[in-house]
Amino acid sequence: MKLIFEKSVPGRRAVPRVASRVKTSAHIKPALLRERPAELPELSELDVVRHFTELSRRNYGVDTGFYPLGSCTMKYNPKAAERVARLPGFADLHPLLPQLPGGETLVQGALAVLHGMDHLLREICGMAAFTMQPLAGAHGELTGAMIVAAYHKHKGNRKTTLLIPDSAHGTNPASAAIAGYQVKSIPSGADGGIDFDQLAAALNPEVAGLMLTCPNTLGLFNPRIKEIADRVHDVDGLMYYDGANLNALLGRCRPGDIGFDIVHLNLHKTFATPHGGGGPGAGPVGVVEKLVPFLPVSIVRERPDGSFYLDYDPPKSIGYIAPFYGNFAVILRAYAYILMLGREGLLRVSENAVLNANYVLARLAPYFDVPVDRPCMHECVLSASRQAEKGVRAMDIAKAIIDRGFHPPTVYFPLTVAEAMMIEPTETESKETLDAFIAALIDLARLADEDPDSFARCPTKAPVTRLDEVAAARKPDLASL
Amino acid sequence: MPFIANTDAQQREMLEAIGLASVDDLFRDIPPALRGKGLKLPDGLGEMEMQARLAALADHNATGLVSFLGGGIYDHFIPAAIEAIVSRSEFSTSYTPYQPEISQGNLQAIFEFQSAICRLTEMEVANASLYDGGTAVYEAIMMALRVTGRNRVIVDESVSPIYRTMIRSYTRNLGIELVETLPTRGLPDREAIREQLNEQTAAVVVQNPTFFGCIDDASDIGAMAHDCGALLIASVYPVSLGLLKTPGAMGADIATGEGQSLGLPLSFGGPYLGFMACRKALVRKMPGRIAGRVPDAQDRQGFVLTLQAREQHIRREKATSNICTNQALCALTSLAYLSLLGKQGLRDLAQTCADTASYALERLLEVPGVTLRFPGRWFFNEFVLDLPLPADKVIRKLLQRGVAAGFPLVRYWPEMDRSLLIAVTEKRTKREIDLLALLLEAIL
Repeated sequence: MKLIFEKSVPGRRAVPRVASRVKTSAHIKPALLRERPAELPELSELDVVRHFTELSRRNYGVDTGFYPLGSCTMKYNPKAAERVARLPGFADLHPLLPQLPGGETLVQGALAVLHGMDHLLREICGMAAFTMQPLAGAHGELTGAMIVAAYHKHKGNRKTTLLIPDSAHGTNPASAAIAGYQVKSIPSGADGGIDFDQLAAALNPEVAGLMLTCPNTLGLFNPRIKEIADRVHDVDGLMYYDGANLNALLGRCRPGDIGFDIVHLNLHKTFATPHGGGGPGAGPVGVVEKLVPFLPVSIVRERPDGSFYLDYDPPKSIGYIAPFYGNFAVILRAYAYILMLGREGLLRVSENAVLNANYVLARLAPYFDVPVDRPCMHECVLSASRQAEKGVRAMDIAKAIIDRGFHPPTVYFPLTVAEAMMIEPTETESKETLDAFIAALIDLARLADEDPDSFARCPTKAPVTRLDEVAAARKPDLASL
Repeated sequence: MPFIANTDAQQREMLEAIGLASVDDLFRDIPPALRGKGLKLPDGLGEMEMQARLAALADHNATGLVSFLGGGIYDHFIPAAIEAIVSRSEFSTSYTPYQPEISQGNLQAIFEFQSAICRLTEMEVANASLYDGGTAVYEAIMMALRVTGRNRVIVDESVSPIYRTMIRSYTRNLGIELVETLPTRGLPDREAIREQLNEQTAAVVVQNPTFFGCIDDASDIGAMAHDCGALLIASVYPVSLGLLKTPGAMGADIATGEGQSLGLPLSFGGPYLGFMACRKALVRKMPGRIAGRVPDAQDRQGFVLTLQAREQHIRREKATSNICTNQALCALTSLAYLSLLGKQGLRDLAQTCADTASYALERLLEVPGVTLRFPGRWFFNEFVLDLPLPADKVIRKLLQRGVAAGFPLVRYWPEMDRSLLIAVTEKRTKREIDLLALLLEAIL
């Protein structure tokens, strides 16, 4: 398929020149102007619409089919939330309005959404307060790590290190490092959870905290979590909850009740906002009482008369981490979702998410290796080690699944499992869909036995054959100039 | 229950296949003492009730204002085709294209977005997007520190004060020396920057047009920075590049910007779009996703995420950034917008904005007592006026008449209590500008 630039026809345009509504022409000093126009495509509106429609047909989303990408919670995104985000009362609101004198009265509805979401998330997570500022999950992690630093600085603690298990998402150590911390990786034990003895041995007065995903990236809940939290608190470390996997616990168990001090959520995962092909997301951060003073500005507060205002001057705040009030339209969609689900709905989410994952695990366990023989939570991790002995690796199975009409699971993550295939069905998928996917994987396990060479050709039904990522990185072709 | 497909009967079948008696057994790893006692949340609302409740909240926001607010976020017209394109759920309900063969649409769009940003800025390479214009400047600073191995950064005060407060928060604990230089009449002061430049300086950060709306050519600042082995980082307003000299032509090493003006709604602050482009030689130090083109076995054009050895999922604590989820759908929006406007359309749009601003300036200067804060400078679509009264007072009065007159600079510069930052776009009509002038005449 051609690039949009290759479809350009000189002189064609989609948006006709509009006669100026003023008679004045701006005369800017020529030295300050660009020498020639930017080489953007010259197309009709139909050309542009067809180009992107064609691109969309070469893409795969949750609306296309089953998308069991582990750790990403690819659940259905309700259309009702999309409509709400487009309401002009929200979509046309300039973010500087509340910073004008008297401007807060102009945005009471938007502030009510932020305030309402803060309170819903407090209850769901058992935290004292949330900030809606962080613009994605990893941005929430950085915010959380900055709050850890501010807390220790305020207490006069000399802390240098954040502990992170080896099964963690890569964003955890990356966020800790750019917040100025050294990272110490803690190995996993035989039960798939963090190795308790190694953790205990790593705890010392230099430890600022522990970042944990719970359930962890193998989809396992650590029954000793409270004990771990107590030990970390003993050295005045803080417990950080990576909320990527909160879908498993909704309504069942709250991070705040099991000893966590800081939580980030991924609204695009747990609360059903569209993933957008890689964003925009939103990563609100919640904290326990003693950390509330360090939350970033601005903070939405309620007056006794029920009106809302923005507080820009909390003295101990870590400051601005985003330009305005977070990814507002994403927060708005998640708010709409929680309002629709309510108390019972959220409970059904975790139940069905965990049921679906365990069903997939139980049905596929005879055909693939299971690294840890334990019930899982909202996702399960299988290993293709058995198939790899025949030359069929996890990546080969992923490519073959594409030809069966499904999006592949996450592969080669977590790093602690060889030939990992991480499957997260989510609660919105039906048993029929899971059965079809399970049947396809069982058939691929059979094929790996009978005709392992056939995998090398896959995928055959995608717009392109398998692409050489090594070659792409060796000779980068990154733009059409 | 909303959005759950399994029936009770199916749940029982599934539990049986797992070998469990009840749903509660699924959660047996959670010790009873840690289990919640039920959330204190309201019952769920039907779609219709939810819609009504949020529509009522939307009605509590004022959107009918005639707005002259800018400050980096601009009220441009968004053609209907943009919404139609971006609503395609094959895009919106997909995720990061880890499996390229099933994600060619998204990957080609990223590649085209990178190309469009390069063409717009006259830079050599661009990434797939960052969160917003402010975090883009912060990421550019971190990149310059890596490239140069130095720890000092100069940021001119004519860079958005919002961005500068963010940069201060992020760098507080990192042992980075952050120097902010005072501008002269709305533009960076060359001498002030020259005095601060030294062998420890990693970068000089400027913005064009500046926060005060003044147009600059930072080529000489770039040359000064390069003489010291430092980089030039330029934060730019993409619509202005329909007309203005590009960061590439000024010798910038890294160009960043806020992409909201390229087809994204105001949405009370987000989601927006940070973009970043740089010289090719620096690409391996760049943060964020990057798509690359590579032929498949049948020599068809294919696209993959590339240079991933920079990224957190490979390098963990040694990565160039922690960014993972970025603003892909916003980048797609801006690509669709730039494609629809096209080569001539973007230029015409920029000219219309400049013409309208030029009229607004002329008309508003006819109001007795109103003066231009930075005379002798060139403006694109935004400028600062000094009023005979405190700007806060004037804004408050005009809001009562349905006009958001501009942004009061006193918020960030206490000495500028009479200064008003006024932005116009193609949406502001002559009649609206005349109304602003008349209202000012009436109260000043």
